[in-house]
Amino acid sequence: MTELIKFLEPDLDILSRRPDIIAGLKGFIPDDCLITDERELVPFETDAFIAYRRLPLAVVLPETTEQVSKLVKYCNDQNVPIIPRGAGTSLAGGAIPQEDAIVIGLSKMNRILEVDLDNRCALVQAGVTNISISQATDADGFFYAPDPSSQLACTIGGNIGMNSGGAHCLKYGVTTNNLLGVKMVMFDGTIVEIGSKALDPGHYDLLGLICGSEGQLGIITEAYVKLLAKPEGARPVLFGFNTPEDAGRCVSEVIGAGIIPVAIEYMDKQAIEICEAFAGAGYPLDVEALLIVEVEGSDAEMKAMLDKIVDIAKRHDVKTIKESQSAFEAALIWKGRKSAFGATGRIADYMCMDGTVPLGQLAYVLEKTAEIVAGYGLRVANVFHAGDGNMHPLILFNMNDPEESIKAEQAGMDILRLCVDAGGCLTGEHGVGIEKRDLMTHQFTKADLDQQMAVRAAFDPQWIFNPSKVFPLEGREKR
Amino acid sequence: MSEKVQKSPTSVDELVGIVQQAKTDNHQIEIIGAGSKRNIGQKVNADIELSTLGLTGINEYTHSELVMSAKAGTPLSVVEAALDANNQMLAFEPASYAKLLGNDCDQTIGGVFAANMSGPRRLSIGAARDGLLGIKFINGNAEQIKSGGKVMKNVTGLDLVKLFAGSWGTLGVMSDVTFKVLPRPETMRTVIILGLDEAEASKAMALAMAQTVEVSSAAHIPSKLSTDFFDGDISNKSITAFRLEGLEASVNDREQRLHTALKAYTDRDVLDADQSARLWKEIADVKPFCDQSQSSVWKVSVAPTIGHQLVAEMRKSRDLDAFYDWQGGLVWMRLENGHEANTLRQIIKSSGGGHATLIRADEATRAKVSVFEPMLAPVAMLSERIKLQFDPDNIFNSGRMTLTNSADLKAAV
Repeated sequence: MTELIKFLEPDLDILSRRPDIIAGLKGFIPDDCLITDERELVPFETDAFIAYRRLPLAVVLPETTEQVSKLVKYCNDQNVPIIPRGAGTSLAGGAIPQEDAIVIGLSKMNRILEVDLDNRCALVQAGVTNISISQATDADGFFYAPDPSSQLACTIGGNIGMNSGGAHCLKYGVTTNNLLGVKMVMFDGTIVEIGSKALDPGHYDLLGLICGSEGQLGIITEAYVKLLAKPEGARPVLFGFNTPEDAGRCVSEVIGAGIIPVAIEYMDKQAIEICEAFAGAGYPLDVEALLIVEVEGSDAEMKAMLDKIVDIAKRHDVKTIKESQSAFEAALIWKGRKSAFGATGRIADYMCMDGTVPLGQLAYVLEKTAEIVAGYGLRVANVFHAGDGNMHPLILFNMNDPEESIKAEQAGMDILRLCVDAGGCLTGEHGVGIEKRDLMTHQFTKADLDQQMAVRAAFDPQWIFNPSKVFPLEGREKR
Repeated sequence: MSEKVQKSPTSVDELVGIVQQAKTDNHQIEIIGAGSKRNIGQKVNADIELSTLGLTGINEYTHSELVMSAKAGTPLSVVEAALDANNQMLAFEPASYAKLLGNDCDQTIGGVFAANMSGPRRLSIGAARDGLLGIKFINGNAEQIKSGGKVMKNVTGLDLVKLFAGSWGTLGVMSDVTFKVLPRPETMRTVIILGLDEAEASKAMALAMAQTVEVSSAAHIPSKLSTDFFDGDISNKSITAFRLEGLEASVNDREQRLHTALKAYTDRDVLDADQSARLWKEIADVKPFCDQSQSSVWKVSVAPTIGHQLVAEMRKSRDLDAFYDWQGGLVWMRLENGHEANTLRQIIKSSGGGHATLIRADEATRAKVSVFEPMLAPVAMLSERIKLQFDPDNIFNSGRMTLTNSADLKAAV
């Protein structure tokens, strides 16, 4: 298949030194932590951005921060690129390797080291899955708030790398707002600790810079994350509308009225049909737009909030209102939403976009998105976090048709440009990775990008960490 | 150069020109907003005093989208008046240290973010840095740079926005800031417990924060300082305070549940919305230490349950006054004589980490004590490399955040 997105050319010198490099790696980790067999490398050749794949030189799965430190120092000394990897669930190609690189996977570092309920935080290794933190603290009435759709699999290290969000970040914020500290291995193997159980930094906010840096600044091996008291109850309610405009205006008015539900999710007709067929959640099929609004708290609190939301929805000609009547129904409603991508995958291949736009532009961007996709002769389903304007158009296509694949990628890029032009940005929560790398010049000037790359170089002077990602390959100095 | 040059640009172009000229002339710039926090940090040596007060005005305010953009020199009072008119607010409730530092300057919105000035709601809703969505700044090469934007969710590229929050003007000069705003809560109430000692208060605060009642702020004021609040109208006993905010019906419900959870503490009371607003503002602005003196005031951030232990440890060797915000993790500490920097930082280090900032001190003390928490060598070197990537000639606020002093370096390693 023709690839629109280029990778850095593999360094032939590194490829020719492969046996020596592998022999070198053996000195730092037990044998069962090193993968070099070609068949065993295949699972690491891509992530959830499956259109692109590259077999790495080797994969190492260290068990301690000290091992990571030695491996990184060795790679830096040998000038070998490093691709950090959590669970490989990136939708932007953030964990896709390259032929001359070593993948450092954190999957074996999957222990929760400390739960400190009085200080409402947990110290975890980077390979811990997102959901397991909430599971480990559930019985005590706590949870970890950011909840990306991939939370069953994705790791906290990956979440920090991409500054992951989730459906409930409208109320609780994204990873950067729920992170207290990290232990990180720098390019030369130095282990640094940034942050602690205390709030805010004493000097520069390096933690804020590291979070969302897409594995370009170092390898995170441990993290302090915030825990929150679990709400007493939660209730998702379905609001069906005849037009996307009504739904969009309803969202704006709810937010503007000072009601911040935990989540406001939007689905268009195509998405409703796909998700309903999969989950049987009772989504109304006779509407053009559906909002899932979730409120939480005690019964009295939820009622107070829902009464206000229902009033607003009625002012915007809501057609159907359906409250979940049981925990089972609530779970079904979320099952439908959270499996939207998977369910879409049953009917077609899809490419998931992730731009954010100002709330007032939602209806306009939806309309334009439909035009763009139709212009390429393709279909689109829209499922997204409406409360914060983070859109996820799913462009449906057939991956076995090379021409259609390219059209889908082009449509995606047009949509992201549209998001930027509408006052938004290329990516709300998935990250730039390789997917949106070449669009960065649409959002940023050369000076903006040069400044970011200069900061990157302060962390990683030789660009050994994840070098094909985030910044356009052209315009880099001496890379 | 004996006489400092004063500059007050009224446009970004003019600002760029000033930075360009300073670079050419090898001059250093001290960036000054209203000057309310000018005495925080090491003394800045500069040839040029650059005021941002000419860069003023709200650029964009879409209240239905909860976003405002303003020029960096806009007075906070102007921002807050515009928000008030729409019944909105800055959720991180910026603190003002003007009175603490003995001035009455109306800080600028740029200064609020440059110093990451968060108030009591920091505990639940986040810091100023969490509310900052986008910035435009001029770097040391006189280039105009933007980072972030005006949408709530944005992970496009490196987050230079967070880095600028709390960088005290050492990386560049901000010309514009875009930030999140929130509707004012329908109502606010504060449940208080009277008469707890500091250790008991720490337990009570941890208990309250573990409830599903969304306490937005939790503070403890020992009896010695409690009469400094409200002109002594609340009580002369110690006060442990829990703020509840939101829809009326919801606050009623949560208040009842909080009372139930705290029923072991029998001496309780409730402050209404107006009283609550006043109490939390006074806590934010460090009211008990606004004493028109130059005695040392430390702002210490540690894990919530460590706060009172740290104070107890300090009191073994000397007398001091302290009160607590952020569930006990933010300790405001006043020392009548001296500063005890090394002792304090040693205790912080041995109790799990955090940092101490010497917010107020006389000039002689500031000349010899590191105002900001010294960093371990690798992080200090990294921070220095980052600074130079923005400001290679060290033009902006040179030396404000770092003291090169052998005693300090020793304390750091």
